[in-house]
Amino acid sequence: MTNDSTSTSPGSPELRKVVIIGSGPAGLTAAIYCSRANLSPVLIEGEPSSTSDQPGGQLMLTTEVENYPGFPDGIMGPELMAGFRKQAQRFGTEIITAKVSRVDFSERPFKVWVGPSEGDPTYLAESVIVSTGAQALMLGLDSEQRLLGHGFSTCATCDGFFFRGQDVAVVGGGDSALEEAMFLSRFASSVTVIHRRDELRASKIMQDRALANEKLTFLWNTVVEDILGESSVEALRVRDVNTDEVRDLPFAGVFVAIGHRPNTDLFKGQLDLKDNGYLVTQPSSSRTNVEGVFAAGDVQDDWYRQAITAAGSGCMAAIDAERWLETQGG
Amino acid sequence: MSASIVHLTEGSFDEVINAADRPVLVDFWADWCGPCRQIAPILDEISAEKADSIQIAKVDVEANGGLAIRFGVKSIPMMLLFKDGEIAHSMIGARNKEQLLSDLAPYL
Repeated sequence: MTNDSTSTSPGSPELRKVVIIGSGPAGLTAAIYCSRANLSPVLIEGEPSSTSDQPGGQLMLTTEVENYPGFPDGIMGPELMAGFRKQAQRFGTEIITAKVSRVDFSERPFKVWVGPSEGDPTYLAESVIVSTGAQALMLGLDSEQRLLGHGFSTCATCDGFFFRGQDVAVVGGGDSALEEAMFLSRFASSVTVIHRRDELRASKIMQDRALANEKLTFLWNTVVEDILGESSVEALRVRDVNTDEVRDLPFAGVFVAIGHRPNTDLFKGQLDLKDNGYLVTQPSSSRTNVEGVFAAGDVQDDWYRQAITAAGSGCMAAIDAERWLETQGG
Repeated sequence: MSASIVHLTEGSFDEVINAADRPVLVDFWADWCGPCRQIAPILDEISAEKADSIQIAKVDVEANGGLAIRFGVKSIPMMLLFKDGEIAHSMIGARNKEQLLSDLAPYL
């Protein structure tokens, strides 16, 4: 673990050819390619935290990954990402376990601050690869914060175990909602999937599996108005969107999988964003509107959002950065 | 003082907590929890660096379901700090080393 570091040395900023921000499949794949191209990348992986950063990316919160090629029997998400990380370190990627607090892409070299956003930047970068990913959306209820960790959870794979023999609910209708529901059905006595529409967005294979799972029931056309309980979750207040009928349903646990938002707050006003907040990249490339800044993975992908597409676009960003640096005489 | 992390079971938990001459930080974890894996090396470091002021202990919730129920664990990683045999502080979710040390500081 010689390339691990949790702090950065104070003093004058360090000039790097490539700074990679984010450590999911996109960032780590970019790191593998950049380090093999002798660009000595530094990768800032974020801080372990349940609320903002997620070093290793969204796969750190999953169990079996069954669709990543090369693993015919599936692989655990955290294990897959540990492999990505190890491979990047093997070729010399320097990994910093900290949060980027500020960037300045207005002039070259670009400036990147780790830790305090005042004073001198931590790094000057000839090029930057942005791979900060996306994070799960919450319902936006006050009760969520109060009951987080007390029956309300954003990580079914972490917390499902504690609901053995209890009744739980999953809010959402996409692949990740059904994955969570099926995972929870191993422990819970019943799993109710609450979805605001009358049909699922999830893929056909996931739907078939979910509909065949005897522990799963579906509550269609229903939205969650509140999570009830003082010290732990006791019930959900739900509303039928067609009839407006409101009722309280008892649950010991609530898991939410209603979609994602891109982690682009850091880049607002500096990089072009789509209306939905995702970064804009030029067609068939990883180039952003700022020359020398590249983007890869879910932060710029509101359509495919797969580990394999993130890894593929991380590779594109590394090659784009390498070729661009060559044109700059680097 | 030994810097080693102790692994607690339902059988050893009370004895270790009550006999401790330092505050004990108990990490409730499981093999399948990604954020738990992220804080494991941080706890190793704290255990080595702060051996005089804190004992780090771990509870594998899968093997010790009774302890998880006893302490109302519904989300991991969850860390409980025991001082003089009583819970002095509880934390849910992963955090980085700096933040964890500052969360612990008032109790050490």
